[in-house]
Amino acid sequence: MSASPQTIPAPLAEIIDDFQAVTEAERLQLLLEFSRELPELPERFAGHPELLEQVVECQSPLFLTLELGDDPDQDVQIYFSAPPEAPTTRGFASVLHEGLNGLPAQQILAVPDDIAEHLGLTRAITPLRIRGMSAMLFRIKRLISEARQLRAASA
Amino acid sequence: MIDGPCTLQKGPAMPIAAEQNEKFAAYANPDRLVSTQWLADNLGTDGLVVVESDEDILLYETGHIPSAVKIDWHTDLNDPDTRDYVDGEGFAALLGSKGISRDTTVVLYGDKSNWWAAYALWVFTLFGHEDVRLLDGGRDKWIAEGRELTTEVPQPAPVDYPVIERHDAPIRAFLSDVLDHFGKPLVDVRSPEEYSGQRTTMPAYPEEGALRGGHIPTAASVPWARAAAEDGTFRTRDELEAIYLGEAGLQPGDDVVAYCRIGERSSHTWFVLKHLLGFDTVRNYDGSWTEWGNAVRVPIVKGDQPGQLPASAR
Repeated sequence: MSASPQTIPAPLAEIIDDFQAVTEAERLQLLLEFSRELPELPERFAGHPELLEQVVECQSPLFLTLELGDDPDQDVQIYFSAPPEAPTTRGFASVLHEGLNGLPAQQILAVPDDIAEHLGLTRAITPLRIRGMSAMLFRIKRLISEARQLRAASA
Repeated sequence: MIDGPCTLQKGPAMPIAAEQNEKFAAYANPDRLVSTQWLADNLGTDGLVVVESDEDILLYETGHIPSAVKIDWHTDLNDPDTRDYVDGEGFAALLGSKGISRDTTVVLYGDKSNWWAAYALWVFTLFGHEDVRLLDGGRDKWIAEGRELTTEVPQPAPVDYPVIERHDAPIRAFLSDVLDHFGKPLVDVRSPEEYSGQRTTMPAYPEEGALRGGHIPTAASVPWARAAAEDGTFRTRDELEAIYLGEAGLQPGDDVVAYCRIGERSSHTWFVLKHLLGFDTVRNYDGSWTEWGNAVRVPIVKGDQPGQLPASAR
């Protein structure tokens, strides 16, 4: 992982502030709204599950993939897929999507690993599920790191 | 068997007649199940409260059976501090707030073939709630049949539910009970990978919460979902007998303990053994692997075979 200092990018920090500003019950409502806003997969992935990786730690099926450029400062595009019967998983994916999508790889690698704990949902949602959200972030970071190593090796 | 206040004997006449059909009639306690059609026909009946209990805490909000209230296994049924269930006062406050009184007929349903609904039913049973039934096939079957859903959250008028002391012993096993149970059948309802102790750990993956992998010596492996058919309904009595009496080798009359990771999946199996197959003494070890796999000096067997009794129990 990156040695750069851990910082929360502005879009994600804004979401965390929104969660922190409301009561626990309202946080769940907010997460539900996020779950509804998770974008559909683009056409090129939709019919191709093999192009997506499953995050097995999530209690419900969640798949993700990234598109990244060669330059560490280039934007990373994140794509998630989770079924409608898994709204909590979709909600977490949507938070990460809105908070991180389109940011440079460097900034995503610098996101603190315990980001899921910042949403203020640890009482309402089981630890296993919170770990599921952490696992999504771990996986995104790992995919970025692997892609960079691959490129470094072939350069 | 001992008739305690918590055992689910047929008590006084149930307020709402049980469903009669051929499939349910073959089970030991047919009055513990209702079909989606029965529920659709009986929605709105006085004395009936429908409760949704899901693994996913937001699922109810996306749409639920009309008039159904929500009970969350994690925030409603568990004590927030101690690893235990709510006490009599907590349970009374919860049920009263949902419009459930002691003689209410409760129909529970949920996601994942009623995995969590069965867990809620088991907790209701710890408090001896008399008439609690499961919707066969759960949430998924209701939706698959295109039945009505609503996002309207009912606001039931609060009612009085008595403070009942929880009566754990008949249906709940603790770690020491499991150690004393050696020599009698145990059923491990987790996946084969959890049973064998395999782990597919990869770098940067979070830890699973148990320090040791494997299973309790002599436990038979019967993953919980084997009791459910493709549509989430319970398998027929004959099919269930082939699995639990045939393959797993249980004998009628056996004293059985079931466990999983935290006691949720094994509540589903508890329901099958207790109410569908009619075993008198079935206990759910809710400490399950998150306790056993972390406890000091308890025996553990790895691999796909049940293994031998520990020397201390021979």
